[in-house]
Amino acid sequence: MGIHVIKMPDLGEGIAEVEVVAWHVQPGDTVKEDQVLADVMTDKATVEIPSPVAGTITSLGGAIGQSLAVGAELIRLEVEGAGNLSAAKARQEPVQSAAPTAPAEEVAEPQLEALAHAGAPPQAVAAAPAPSVSKPVSNPASNPASNPASSRATNPAARPAPQGAAPMRAEGDKPLAPPAVRQRAWDLGVELQFVSGSGPAGRITHADLDAHVEGRRNGAGGGSDERYAEQHGEHATQVIGLRRKIAEKMQEAKRNIPHFTYVEEVDVTELEALRIQLNARYGAERGKLTLLPLLMRAVVLALRSYPMMSARYDDEHNLLTTYDAAHIGIAAQTDNGLMVPVVRHAESRDPWSSAAEIARLAEAARSGRASRDELTGSTITITSLGALGGIVTTPVINRPEVAIVGVNRIVDRPVIRDGAMVARKMMNLSSSFDHRVIDGMVAAQFVQAIRGYLEFPATLFVE
Amino acid sequence: METINTTLLIIGAGPGGYIAGIRAGQLGVDAIVVEGAQPGGTCLNIGCIPSKALIHAADEYSKAVTYAAQESPLGITVDSPRIDLARTIAWKDGIVKRLTGGVGALLKKQGVRVVHGWARVLDGKTVEVTPPAGGEPVRIRCEHLLLASGSHPVELPFMPFGGPVISSTGALSQDSVPRRLVVVGAGYIGLELGIAYRKLGAQVTVVEAAERILPAYDADLVKPVANSLARLGVELRLATQVAGMEGERVKLRDASGVEGYLEADKVLVAVGRTPATTGWGLENLMLDMAGRALKVDAQCRTSMRNVWAIGDLTGEPMLAHRAMAQGEMVAEIIAGKRREFAPAAIPAVCYTDPEIVVAGLSPSEAAAAGIDAIAASFPFSANGRAMTIEGTDGFVRVVARKDNHVIVGWQAVGVGVSELAGGFTQSIELGAQLEDVARTIHAHPTLGEAVQEAALRALGHALHI
Repeated sequence: MGIHVIKMPDLGEGIAEVEVVAWHVQPGDTVKEDQVLADVMTDKATVEIPSPVAGTITSLGGAIGQSLAVGAELIRLEVEGAGNLSAAKARQEPVQSAAPTAPAEEVAEPQLEALAHAGAPPQAVAAAPAPSVSKPVSNPASNPASNPASSRATNPAARPAPQGAAPMRAEGDKPLAPPAVRQRAWDLGVELQFVSGSGPAGRITHADLDAHVEGRRNGAGGGSDERYAEQHGEHATQVIGLRRKIAEKMQEAKRNIPHFTYVEEVDVTELEALRIQLNARYGAERGKLTLLPLLMRAVVLALRSYPMMSARYDDEHNLLTTYDAAHIGIAAQTDNGLMVPVVRHAESRDPWSSAAEIARLAEAARSGRASRDELTGSTITITSLGALGGIVTTPVINRPEVAIVGVNRIVDRPVIRDGAMVARKMMNLSSSFDHRVIDGMVAAQFVQAIRGYLEFPATLFVE
Repeated sequence: METINTTLLIIGAGPGGYIAGIRAGQLGVDAIVVEGAQPGGTCLNIGCIPSKALIHAADEYSKAVTYAAQESPLGITVDSPRIDLARTIAWKDGIVKRLTGGVGALLKKQGVRVVHGWARVLDGKTVEVTPPAGGEPVRIRCEHLLLASGSHPVELPFMPFGGPVISSTGALSQDSVPRRLVVVGAGYIGLELGIAYRKLGAQVTVVEAAERILPAYDADLVKPVANSLARLGVELRLATQVAGMEGERVKLRDASGVEGYLEADKVLVAVGRTPATTGWGLENLMLDMAGRALKVDAQCRTSMRNVWAIGDLTGEPMLAHRAMAQGEMVAEIIAGKRREFAPAAIPAVCYTDPEIVVAGLSPSEAAAAGIDAIAASFPFSANGRAMTIEGTDGFVRVVARKDNHVIVGWQAVGVGVSELAGGFTQSIELGAQLEDVARTIHAHPTLGEAVQEAALRALGHALHI
C-alpha cells in the first residue's frame, strides 16, 4: 500500500490561492479513478477536482471555505502499489497546508449549536484525522469545524419532531383511541394514525391530541396564533465561496471607487415598436430579441465617441487602459449569487448574435459551467433587473472597470409632445462612473449618446 | 304535480332513516322522511321489537307450563295455564304502536316532515312519492338523498311465501299457535322464533343446510343453545336442505341425497335477508354495488355525489344499531361536521334461549386477523347470580392481544347476557386492557362479575374458579 497525495492544481492566470467549496468524499471513502473529490473555486469559476487514482481517502487538506495555496496538499489517499509519496516520507514530511485540528475543536463547540439551528449538518471534516499541524489558521472565520457550507438540509437531530416523544405503533396497527377522542380528532381534522398515544398500550388521550395539535401549530401548520407568534431563531451562515467573492468585490469597489451615478429617462416607444416588429418578422429564425442586445448595440456605438468608457483602471499603478473592443459584462443572478459573464467583442455582433451569446452565457453561469474566461475580462458592464428594474438604481462598478450602465423598468407614462400629452413608453438608465477618471460632463454626454441611439432606433442600424 | 324542495330527503323511516331525520332536525338541516308503512321500519314493526315481545310472552308461558307440570325446583305450581295468542299479539301490537308513534313524535318535535307514501327515485336529486292508498303523487327535490330502504326476508324460489310458507313477518302475526312448525334456517331469526313457538306449544323442527346451528358463531358459544334446544324438544335436521312443498309436507334432502318429508302446518323460511334494492327506481341511479348491497365508503357515500346509503341496504351486518349510527353520522356530515363510520366493534345479540352476545373478535377471528391473542372464559356455573336465576349454563369469554392486553373481543352465552353488550362494546371502544376490566369493581351479585372474572382469568388469576 502506498500514499498518494493530490495537490491543489495551478488553475492558471497567476492564481496563488484556491478556495475549497465542496468535498464530495470523506476520509474512509473508497474512490474510483476519475471520481470527483472536491469542488474548488478561483475568482469566479468553480472547478471539479477528479481523482487520478483509485484508493481510499485518508485525509482532507482543508475544510470548506478554506483557501489553499496552489501546490498545497488537497487530499491524501491510500492506494495500491507505491503511490506518489513514500511511507517514511509521509510520516516525516510536515504537510504544507492549513488544516488545524486543535483550533477546530475549540471553535466547534460554541458554534455547533448555532449551526445546528441553521440547519447545517456538522461536517465530518472536523473529526477527520487531519494531517499534522504546520501553522495556525490565519482566518478563524473559515475554520473547518465551523463550516456549514450553508447547507439547506435540515438536521433531524437538532429539531426533534413534536410527536417524536412516544414510540409510534407498529405498521398496520390501528390507532387506539376512545370514541370521544376520535370525534374530537375528526372535528380538528387530525388523522389519528399520526398521533402518538401516551396511554396504556399506546391509547391516544385528549392530552395526546392537544400535544399533537400544539406541535402542528408550532410546526408547519397555519393556526391563527402563528401570525403574531414571537420568533426566536438565529441563523448563522458562513459567507464562503462565490458569496464571499461577491462580498469582497463589492467592498473593494465601494471602498476604492468614488461612484458618480447619473440617471436619465429614455423614450423607448420607437425602440419597443421596432423590437416587436423585428421579433414578428425574424423571431422564428433568429430568436426573439429583448431590449438588452439593442442596448448593447447602443453602448457599442456610443463607445466610438467615448472610448474612455471601455476601460480598466489599475488604481495601484495609476494606469488606465482603454480598449478598442467592447467586452460587455452582463450582470446575471444565479442561485449562488451575482455573476458577470462577458460578451466578448460585442462591437462585432449584431443584436441577434448578442442575444444568443447572452442566453448562452446566462445559462452557463446559472448552471455553474461558465469557464473562467467567460467570467473575466469585461471592459464595461450592463446590469438589468428586468421587470424588477425599479425607477432608479445605483449600480456598483465592476472594478476595475470605470462604467456600469443600469436598466430600469419600462413604464407607460404621460409625456408632453408638441404641447399635447401623449402616452409613451419610458425607461430610465441609471449609470455609475468612476469619478476619478470620468468627469461628470463626459459621463452625461455618454449616457445622452446612448439615449440618442435608443430614441431613434434606426440609427442603431443605419450609419 | 306538487313539488317540495328540501335539503335532505331520507327514503325509509326505519332505525337508520328516522335517526338520520332526528339528527338532521337537531342540527338545523331541512329534512323530509318518506315512508310508505308505519315509521320504525323492520325493527319496530316486524323485527326486533315484536319478536322480543313474542319471545318474552313465550318464556312466561313456558315457565307456567313448567310450574303446571310440577317440575319447577322453585316449588311453584299453577293449574292448567293457557295462552290466548291473539291477545298476546294485540299486546305486542300495542308496544309496536307506542314505539312507532313515538318515532313520529320525535321527528315532528325536530321539525322533520314525514311524507307518507312509497318513493320512486327519478334521479339523484328527485323522488316521486305516491300515497299508499293511491292518489296524487308529489315530487320532492333535494340536495342530499339518503337511501335507507332496508332489507327483505330472502324468499326461496321453490318455496315462495304464501299459504303455509311464512316469513319472519308472518311468524310475528299468527293468531294461533301452529301444531307443527318447520323452521328453515338455523340462523338467529329461525332459532329465536323456533324456540318461541316451541315454548308456545308447537312441535318445532329446524332444518339447516350447514352442519350445525348458528353457523356464524363458534361451536363453544353455540353449545348451550344446542343443549337448550334438546331440552325443549326442538328437533334438528342438520346438513339437510329443503326441496319444496308437497301439499302439507316439506320435502327434504340430506347431504347424501336421501329424501324425506316433514309434516307441517306452517313453514317459517328464515334463510337470511337481502337489501331492498329493487322496485323503487334505485336502478335508475346505476350506483356501484357490493354484491347484492349498495357499495358505500366510510362516510356512507355511494358512487353518486350527495347520494348516501345506510343500514341493511349497504349489506352486513344488518343490524338496527349499525343503521342508527350510520344515520346519525350522515346527518352530521351533511350538517358540515367531519365524521367517519369507524366503530371499533358492532355488537350482535341472539335472543335464543340462552342468549348469545358478541362484540369484536372471536379467538379464531383474531387469529385470522394476524393478532397474537389470548382468550379466557368464565362459566356462569361459578356465578352466584346466574344460579339464582336458573341460568348457570353459559360463560363469558374475553379475547385480548397477548402483547399489550388490549381487549379485542367479548363473547357470552347465558340467560340475560344481552344486557352485557354495552359494557363489552364500551371496553373495546375505549381501548381497555384486561387489567382495566379486572380492576373495575363489578357489583355483586350480578352476571357482570363473570366479565371481571374472565379478564382476571386471562391474566392468570381468576378468583372464583
